[in-house]
Amino acid sequence: MTAALQTIALGKHFGALHVTRQVNLSLAAGARHALIGPNGAGKTTLINLITGALSPDEGQVLLGGRDVTALPQARRVKQGLARTYQINQLFSDLSVLENVAISIAERVGAAGNFWRRASANSHVIDEAVELLARLKLDAYALTPVRELPYGRQRLVEIAITLGQKPTVLLLDEPAAGVPSAESHIILDAIAALPEQIAVLIIEHDMDIVFRFAKFITVLASGGIIAQGTPEQIAGDAHVRAVYLGQGGDV
Amino acid sequence: MTELLDNGGGSAAARRFMAGREAWHWAEALPWVVAVAAFFVFPDYLALGTQILIAIIFALSLDLILGYAGIITLGHAAYFGAGAYGTGMLSAHLGWGEPISAMLFGGFVGGVLGFVSGWVLLRYHGLTLLMLTLATAIMLKEGANAAEEWTGGFDGLVGISIWPLLGSFEYDLWGKTYYCFALVVLLLCFLAARRIVHSAFGRSLVGIKGNVGRMHGVGTPVHGRLVAVYTLSAAMAGLAGGLFAESNAYVTLDVLSFARSGTVLIMLVLGGTGRLYGAFVGAAVYMILEDELAKLSPEFWEFGIGLLLVIVVLFFRRGLLGSLDDLRARSMGGGA
Amino acid sequence: MEQVARAAISILFDGVAYGMLLFIISVGLSITMGLMGFANLAHGAFAMAGGYVLVSLMLTFDLPFIPALLLAAVAVAAVSVLFERFLYRRLYQADELDQVLLSIGLVFMATAAITFIYGPSTVSLKVPAYLQGQIDLWIGLFPAYRSFTIAVGGLLILALWYGFEGTIIGVKIRAAVDNRRMAQSIGINVDRLFVIAFALGSGLAALGGGLAIEIIGMSPTFSLTYLVFFLIVVAVGGLGSIRGAFVAALFLGIVDTAGKYLWPDGGAFFIYAMTIAVLLVKPEGLFGRA
Repeated sequence: MTAALQTIALGKHFGALHVTRQVNLSLAAGARHALIGPNGAGKTTLINLITGALSPDEGQVLLGGRDVTALPQARRVKQGLARTYQINQLFSDLSVLENVAISIAERVGAAGNFWRRASANSHVIDEAVELLARLKLDAYALTPVRELPYGRQRLVEIAITLGQKPTVLLLDEPAAGVPSAESHIILDAIAALPEQIAVLIIEHDMDIVFRFAKFITVLASGGIIAQGTPEQIAGDAHVRAVYLGQGGDV
Repeated sequence: MTELLDNGGGSAAARRFMAGREAWHWAEALPWVVAVAAFFVFPDYLALGTQILIAIIFALSLDLILGYAGIITLGHAAYFGAGAYGTGMLSAHLGWGEPISAMLFGGFVGGVLGFVSGWVLLRYHGLTLLMLTLATAIMLKEGANAAEEWTGGFDGLVGISIWPLLGSFEYDLWGKTYYCFALVVLLLCFLAARRIVHSAFGRSLVGIKGNVGRMHGVGTPVHGRLVAVYTLSAAMAGLAGGLFAESNAYVTLDVLSFARSGTVLIMLVLGGTGRLYGAFVGAAVYMILEDELAKLSPEFWEFGIGLLLVIVVLFFRRGLLGSLDDLRARSMGGGA
Repeated sequence: MEQVARAAISILFDGVAYGMLLFIISVGLSITMGLMGFANLAHGAFAMAGGYVLVSLMLTFDLPFIPALLLAAVAVAAVSVLFERFLYRRLYQADELDQVLLSIGLVFMATAAITFIYGPSTVSLKVPAYLQGQIDLWIGLFPAYRSFTIAVGGLLILALWYGFEGTIIGVKIRAAVDNRRMAQSIGINVDRLFVIAFALGSGLAALGGGLAIEIIGMSPTFSLTYLVFFLIVVAVGGLGSIRGAFVAALFLGIVDTAGKYLWPDGGAFFIYAMTIAVLLVKPEGLFGRA
């Protein structure tokens, strides 16, 4: 079976600094894959290489078996690759509904039409409402995003991404900055993600990682140092030495 | 089943909300009432009125790219000027003076130039884009200066002769015909602009202005989208230029000047960007003040507009209309 | 044949003098735009102020040319500090549009004020006898005043080079242009650097404005007329690069002068086309950092 997402010997350097080296990743459809590693391991760079925000110096990125290494970010999105951001990237003056509608309109090709009223795209609005209901954001649909509590804003971040109906979803520290009282909202949303999506999650919170992931890749200094099931990773002495040992519950 | 019902209710509310965003407000009738009233009340000022209407169209075109898509340009006169020369040369060299089609031709020339230059320039940002737009407009002006045979160079393009509008309304000394013509063109341009900004396309421009990285992330072809709105804006600027050429029957290099690019920017910022009506208020206030004050003392006018600009940038960044909104919001907040 | 050579040398000489003038005026803009990221369209107004202050000092106070020139530069530099403190600094974090609008507003005000005080026509002054006429520079006779301008420009290049490479303040400015946050975090007082750089840049512009009176003329529209040239020097040379400003200014001076002689109608077109071409290929300018 072709992998939903695959990287082959991906590499990137800034001058003499190798921030990504020889990274081979493979996610099947429906995968729940976590990417962990100490600060500065190159996790965000790797995400940027996969999404196309950066272009690699070597290696390939494959989506559903197709080489997308040369495609710009927006084209990869069209091929089913979506991501959330570590720091919220929202349209904070617009309502939650409009944030999601922008994304959906883009996917269904309505956003290229400059003559049709936005309010006439009822299929876009209906889909947005349905998506918000699924994420339990419907009560906030008409509220400007900046007035939402932070945890809900993180949820909007995920909602925008799901508006793309991705086959591969990259979650970049989805719970970052969310107060612990609200973190269950994010956990519930992640648990409820459609099953067939391949999910790659970057997370520092080991609780979330071990609860969510069926497979873990450990990154250090730009390269993969271990891969395996959560049990294997938890028992890997090398990983413990460079990473888990550093600070217990990081 | 209650969930489904809720869902249906949510959808209806969401549609009402989205429709509310683009609903007409009674105050939107005001500028048109004023424009029609001015026709009867100030019959001696219709020539100035025509120039104001043309300036509003031009400022409106700038609002599309600056106010909605966040494209900063110091060279928007390039498209106004291209339209003016396009319309003017059609009459002066090919003898075609039918006003509506000649003006549309001006819009076409502006649009084509906007598409070509936008395709190249809109890959750049910030100071580089500022410099590129500035240099493009001035290069065009120098090109027009050099192509004397076609443009009349420094002396201006003469020999523009425009036929009666719709075959029956002659050009008149008081400018009645062109005032009405310009008002109708403005109305159509405004309706188009309003339609554009309230489309999903318009929303995506606001998204690009607000957070371009995220728009890449939802698969928006950002460059293409910007080129599209730039082309629409340039075409509208070209229409304004075409009208300008027809109403004056004369075109000089001034239509391409940096001063014109700067003035339209100032008008729009004075009125308020990203709200369509800012173009109306800004252009009207600017041109009426100029007409009144420059008569008294050109230096006084120039100093005044400079000072006003500084004050607006420092204290009233949202322009006249935006500040009015803020004031209203504050007084309502205080009352509650 | 000899005539052609003589004409070529004359064009080259005039072009270099003009280029030096552009460099003296624009280098400050390059530093402030590189350091503070401020699109200051009013930079030429400081040059213009320098020119008019020079005229006043010589006519009203009877000062000799060179002391008056230096005094004008110092005076404008001092006044520019007020502008930096009360206006510019409020917009360092704002977007380019606000900076552009504020500085255009200042240009208008400066133009109107100068017209009001000095009238709309071109001003002139009496340069001392030793700067009039021709001077023998071994390889031939050259206009004395332009030779003087070139010499001043050359001295300035050396002084700036030494200042930026060899003094602490220069190293700090370079560090802050490179990476402001880093500079701040190692304890450089960036705020004070801004004032110093702004005053230096305005003072140099004023010096250039004084020198410009005899070469390209001085009228109230000076800052608007030459604005685009100053911006081209900065953008093509690369923000914050003194070497870039120098190369771009010399090139612009020579090409523009040659264009005026050889191709009066199309020369300017060529300059803008070249500017666009350079920026399309190297948006950061010839010597700028990407």
